[in-house]
Amino acid sequence: MSTQEHTAVAHLHRDDVRSRMGMWLFLFTELILFGGMFFLYAVYRFLHQADFHVAAKSMNILIGTVNTAILLTSSLTIALSIAALQNKKKILSLILQGITVIFGLLFLVNKYFEWSAEIHHGNYPGSPELISQSSGHILFFGLYYVMTGLHGLHVIIGMVVIMFMMRFTIKDVITPDHIVKLEAAGLYWHLVDIIWIFLFPLFYLIT
Amino acid sequence: MASDAAAVHSNSYETYLDYKGKHKGIFAWILSTDHKRIGILYMVALLSWFLVGMALGGLIRLELLTPGRTIVGPQTYNAFFTLHGVIMLFIFVIPGIPAVFGNFFLPIMIGAEDVAFPRINLLSWYLYIIGGILIILAIFLPGGAPDTGWTFYIPYSIRTSTNMIITLTAVFLLGFSSILTGLNFITTIHRLRAPGMDWFKMPLFSWALYATGWIQVIVTPIIGITLLLVIIERVFGVGIFDPALGGDPILFQHLFWIYSHPAVYIMAVPAMGVISEIIPTFSRRTIFGYKFIAYSSLAIALFGSLVWAHHMFAVGMSDSAEFIFSLLTFMVAIPSAIKVFNWTATLYKGSIQLDPPMLYSLAFIFLFSIGGLTGIIQGALSVDIHLTDTYFIVGHIHYVVFGTAGFGIFAALHYWLPKMIGKIYNMKTAKVAFWITFIGFNILYFPFFIMGWLGMPRRSYDYLPEYQVYHVISTVGSWIMISGILLMFYNLLKSVYTGKRVTERNLWGGETLEWTVPTPPPLTNFEKLPDVTVGPYEYKQNDIEVEEVK
Amino acid sequence: MDKHNELAEHSNHRYGKYILVWLGLLTLTAITVAVAGVNLGSITIATAIIIASIKSYLVLTVFMHLKSESKTFKIFVGVAVFFIIISLVLLFSDYSNM
Repeated sequence: MSTQEHTAVAHLHRDDVRSRMGMWLFLFTELILFGGMFFLYAVYRFLHQADFHVAAKSMNILIGTVNTAILLTSSLTIALSIAALQNKKKILSLILQGITVIFGLLFLVNKYFEWSAEIHHGNYPGSPELISQSSGHILFFGLYYVMTGLHGLHVIIGMVVIMFMMRFTIKDVITPDHIVKLEAAGLYWHLVDIIWIFLFPLFYLIT
Repeated sequence: MASDAAAVHSNSYETYLDYKGKHKGIFAWILSTDHKRIGILYMVALLSWFLVGMALGGLIRLELLTPGRTIVGPQTYNAFFTLHGVIMLFIFVIPGIPAVFGNFFLPIMIGAEDVAFPRINLLSWYLYIIGGILIILAIFLPGGAPDTGWTFYIPYSIRTSTNMIITLTAVFLLGFSSILTGLNFITTIHRLRAPGMDWFKMPLFSWALYATGWIQVIVTPIIGITLLLVIIERVFGVGIFDPALGGDPILFQHLFWIYSHPAVYIMAVPAMGVISEIIPTFSRRTIFGYKFIAYSSLAIALFGSLVWAHHMFAVGMSDSAEFIFSLLTFMVAIPSAIKVFNWTATLYKGSIQLDPPMLYSLAFIFLFSIGGLTGIIQGALSVDIHLTDTYFIVGHIHYVVFGTAGFGIFAALHYWLPKMIGKIYNMKTAKVAFWITFIGFNILYFPFFIMGWLGMPRRSYDYLPEYQVYHVISTVGSWIMISGILLMFYNLLKSVYTGKRVTERNLWGGETLEWTVPTPPPLTNFEKLPDVTVGPYEYKQNDIEVEEVK
Repeated sequence: MDKHNELAEHSNHRYGKYILVWLGLLTLTAITVAVAGVNLGSITIATAIIIASIKSYLVLTVFMHLKSESKTFKIFVGVAVFFIIISLVLLFSDYSNM
């Protein structure tokens, strides 16, 4: 950056609250991004209640529940990794961050099998089988793919971010005294978890 | 560009224009994280886009000079008004004042050295530029320029064969850019105020940017997801809005206006902030009702976010929804009127100086009052049914958007540009340009109200001969207004190259912090971080020497 | 040194708290799945949303440390949640009376 010297002056006093505030504001935009889709879900479900019930029957509650448990546990591990680093346990923190990424991967693998099964049943956008169904049925699957798909994308982004954090931790860019980057990554991961907390009952538990 | 002019300066301090960093030439600008340079970058891009949008607007008026074909065919005409809307709204007025003057002056006004996240600030400029480039691609790639109108209503945006996906992606990126600017400003105001600068010592422009920041952060994601869903629907054939797949096109309208109505306030509130700065400066009086103006910005942000469905009274909503949204719409008028009354009260018995910034500000109040009052007319349900999709709406939107945000930008340009570049424009030319622009504006847009009342439908390529007289008046008005704006731009541009040098700190006798720093501002804004003890606009307590500019 | 020990102790305490919250979240997940099997009629969706809200509250306050943040942050979250709820209510003022 051309004005690195300048920004160094401006940031002589590091302000972690400022960084966290920026992160929270960013999280609101993510939350409201999904909020828009929840609006769609709410209205369409209201207009096509019976169809939504029937369509949700093909959801695999077991995979959904397992995935919920996986994400909740990964939220625990990333929270613990921050506490561990503050406790000056760098290795433990790294392991916990690594576990978080692996949980994220497990979640995506499950998602892959789930989507494959649905596609195998002919429930995918534009399939002749889906088009022949009722409006509510088409909309349910439209929202299902879009919402879980975008959520999956956020899981991938979160995994990449945490992998960067692992690198930073190894290189001591993130230290017990300079931990705000890891905290921000943690906040992002928790938000992804919160979104899933709502997606899960709305798609899997309405039969 | 201003960088050439910078070499001429030989101030004792290093201005942000002189600064020689790691990069040379253009890179010293487009890789700079200095909020002042980013402000200038935005200004150059924004005003260039404005000229494109204005040219399109001129072409629309020219086509409507006579019924039937005048210069272009209907498809091109559709592309003209779509691009005019997309460019003027998403690329010009929405980023508008915050991106240019907010970036440049917000940190200085609250006594900070930069915004909270300088690199994210630069990122948001790049997103803005990429958005603009995508719009250009959408125009010239095979498939043709978008033709749906700037509202992208379903099913047009799903069925059209024009370059819809690129256009929607562009608007998505522009929205993201807007969010990052808002996020930056909120955090800056919360965390970087100078010692002693408490909330109620902040200039009203900062209050306006704070309220705007919240609207940007909270509602922009809704348009982001809505347009993203349309893209997904087009690419993968997922059933979401498409009625053929069971979707509800009205729901698209709801989501679209949840953003796009508050977006009007993203344009207008910062402009109101600019006016709240200029009015006290040029009437030499403390602003009347500081707290009322500050809070009314927040109130507008709040109510403005809850009235979106008044754009949809004619689509067949439920009676209770129409009632609620009509009521809420009337309520937005209250904080808006509070501002107008306070400005007028400030003017009362002030020693008013009619310099160009003040002329634009007074025009702002006049045009905003017309725009606002015609808005209330449409807020009434029965009248709205008659006026929906007529030229009345087009007149209203131009008075509100151009009359406030546009004139707000012009006012801000004349107020702050000399401070930004250390050169002053020709006062006489500026005043002449103002009067031509202002008169042209009213000749151009006022007939819209009459035509609309008589039933002339908006977006129509052709029209009945009885409307022609109004169209002719309006088109002549467009020629007058465009000449005025071109003269104004010529005058400002000329000042960048050959304008008279100014080194006075306080060009107009303003009382806010930006007038206490050297002109043009030094690299780190302040020689010494200010310790603020008095509020803004306190003309009696402060005895700052006013240096007249001739 | 003292301050460091305090911090460490504080962190140890946090491990336990996090695990406790995690167990709570898993329990709530089990409950919401179990309840979904029972036909509660019109309150099914309400139950699911309430349980999901409780879970989110736990994640927000404990995992995301909202509890220990300043009042400003809490107001911020309030604004975002308020916007989503009020928009949904206004949206349904149209759909629920068709």
